[in-house]
Amino acid sequence: MGTKIMNKTAKGPLIPYIFWILLFVIAPIALIVYYSVLDLNGNFTLTNYAKFFTPVYLKMTLSSFWYAFLITLFTLLFAYPTAYLLTKTKHKQLWLMLIIIPSWINLLLKTYAFIGIFGLYGPINAMIEVFGFNPKQILFTDFSFVFVSVYIFIPFMIIPIFNSLDKMNPSLIYAARDLGASSWTTFRRVIFPLTIDGVKSGIQVTFIPALSLFMITRLIAGNQVITLGTAIEQQFLVSQNWGMGSTIAVFLILFMVLTMLFTRQKSKGGRV
Amino acid sequence: MRDLIQATVAIVIVCALLFVAVDRMQSAGSAGSKDTLTVYNWGEYIDPELIDKFEEETGIKVTYETFDSNEAMLTKVQQGGSAYDIAVPSEYTIESMKDDDLLIPIDHSLVPNLQNINEDFLDLPFDPGNEYSIPYFWGTVGIVYNPNLIEDHLTFESWDDLWDPSLERKIFLVDGSREVIGMGLNSIGHSLNVKDDKLLREATDNLIKLSPNIKAIIGDEITPLMINNEASVALTFSGQAADMMWENEELEFAVPQEGSNLWFDNMVIPKTSKNIEGAHKFINFMLDAENAAQNTDYVGYSSPNEAAWELLDEEVVDDERFYPSHEQREKLEVYENLGLEWLGKYNEYFLEFKMSF
Repeated sequence: MGTKIMNKTAKGPLIPYIFWILLFVIAPIALIVYYSVLDLNGNFTLTNYAKFFTPVYLKMTLSSFWYAFLITLFTLLFAYPTAYLLTKTKHKQLWLMLIIIPSWINLLLKTYAFIGIFGLYGPINAMIEVFGFNPKQILFTDFSFVFVSVYIFIPFMIIPIFNSLDKMNPSLIYAARDLGASSWTTFRRVIFPLTIDGVKSGIQVTFIPALSLFMITRLIAGNQVITLGTAIEQQFLVSQNWGMGSTIAVFLILFMVLTMLFTRQKSKGGRV
Repeated sequence: MRDLIQATVAIVIVCALLFVAVDRMQSAGSAGSKDTLTVYNWGEYIDPELIDKFEEETGIKVTYETFDSNEAMLTKVQQGGSAYDIAVPSEYTIESMKDDDLLIPIDHSLVPNLQNINEDFLDLPFDPGNEYSIPYFWGTVGIVYNPNLIEDHLTFESWDDLWDPSLERKIFLVDGSREVIGMGLNSIGHSLNVKDDKLLREATDNLIKLSPNIKAIIGDEITPLMINNEASVALTFSGQAADMMWENEELEFAVPQEGSNLWFDNMVIPKTSKNIEGAHKFINFMLDAENAAQNTDYVGYSSPNEAAWELLDEEVVDDERFYPSHEQREKLEVYENLGLEWLGKYNEYFLEFKMSF
C-alpha cells in the first residue's frame, strides 16, 4: 500500500509532461513513420526506404552532412572567440543583446538582403571593382551559401558558449597561470574543457537545422547546393508523395538523434 | 498535486480550444453566402481595380486569396477547409480536378460573354465543351535573353543554343520539374508528356550536360534578377518574360522551333463553392471585353478574349512572341495530367539533374 502511494506521488508530477510529449512529440513522429511506409495509393510498402538508398539520395545525404559540417565549423570558429571577448568586455550583457537583436529580424528578409549585397551590381562587387578587379560571381555559389548560413547561425552558437564561459570560475585560470601554464595550455587544458558543454549545445542548435536548410539553398545557392530539405519540400509540395517525403524525414530524425547522442552532455556528478 | 491537476487541465483546455477554433474557422470559411465571393488566384494575376469594380456593380463582397503553384491550390481545395468560389488552375490540374470530382459544371447560359473568347481557346482536350472551365489567360514557355550580353549567333531559334559553351554559368532555369524536364525532352525531339523511362533518362542525361551553363534554378526571383542583368539567359513563362521586358528594354523573348509548352489558365468553380451564382457573375464579368482588356494590360499575359484584342494596343496583340500564330502554336504542346506516379518520376529525374552540379 505504502509503495503504491509512493509510486503515485513519484509519477504524479509527470502526468502533464507525459500528456504533452504524447500529443506533440510522439504522435507527430508516429504519423511520420506511418506515412513513410505508404505508397502513392496508401498501401503498405518499403520501396520508399529502398529508394532512399539509391545514389541520388545517398549523395544528397552526404552533401547535406558536408555543408552542415562546414557551416557548424565556421560558426564555431567565429562564435567561440567572439563569446570569449564578450565575457571580457565591461557591459557584456549589452554587447550580447546587440548580437542577439538581429536574430529577431525575419530570416527570409535577411536572406533577400544578401541577394542584393552579393549581386553582380551589389556593394561587394562594387568594392572589388574599386580595387581594380573584375566583378566576381558570389551569389549562387557554395561560398555564399555557407557564408549566409554561418551569419544566420552565429547568435545561436554564441549564446550557449557565452553562458558557459561566463559561469566559469576565473580563479581556475589564475591557478593555471600560477602553476606555470602558458595561455595556450590554459585554454586547451582549462578553459575549453570547462566550456565544452556550451560548445556542444551550440553545435546541436547549428548542425541539426543546417542539415535540412532548404530556403537558403534556393535563394542564395540557386539550387547549386541540394540538401535533404529540398527533397522533402519537393516530395510534399510538387510530387505529392507524402510517403517518400516522410521517409526522408524519418532519416533526418535519425540523424538528429545520432547528433544528440554524439554531443550528449556528461551527467552532473561526473568529474568537474 | 493540485498544481499538476491544474496543469493537465490547462493543456486539455488549450487543446479543446484549438479544436473549437479550427472548427470555427472552417465553418466561418464555408459560411459564404449570397453577398460574398472567395476568389483563389495566382499572385499578381488580376488588376485589383477590377475587384473593386465588380463589388460596386454587383454588391458582392470579394475575398481574394493567392497561391503560387497548382499543387498548393489543389491541396487546399481537396482539404475543403475554405469555401473557394473561383479558382484559376492550369489545364493539367483542371484535368485532375475533374477526375477527382472537385469541380462544379458551369452553366453557359449565365456566361453570355463566353462569345468574346476566340474559338482556338475553347473546347480543348483537357475540358471538352468547356463544361467545367472558362479561359482566363494563356501563354508559352520560352527563353528570355539579353542580346547585348551574349554572342550574336545565339538567337534561341533552337534549344541547342542553351548548350553553347559561351554561356557558361549564365542561365537561370525556373524551378519546376515539368518545365525543365519538358525542355530537356523537347531539345532531343520528344513530346514533353512522355511516359517512358528510356526517353526521360536520355533527356536527363542531356540536361546534365547543360549543368556547367546553369547559374541558378530559382522561382519568381528570376524577374528582378533578369531586370538587373544578373544573368543573360532565362527559361521562363511568356508572361513573366513580358514583365521583365517591360522593365528592361534590352531583353528579348524566343520560343525555340523544336516546340515548347503551351499552357492555359482557366477559371473554375470548385466543389467548395457556397455562392455558385456569384461565381458565374464573376466569370462573366471577367470575360467582358473592356474588363478583359484592362486586366491584360495590367497582368501582361496573353488574353484569349478576341473582343478584348480590339481594345488592346495593336503592337501587343500582333507581337508573335506573345501571341504566336496558329501555325506556330501547332508546334507547341499542352501538358497532360501525368498522374502521380509519373509526376513523381519527373521529379526524381529533376532532382537528379539538380544534383549534377
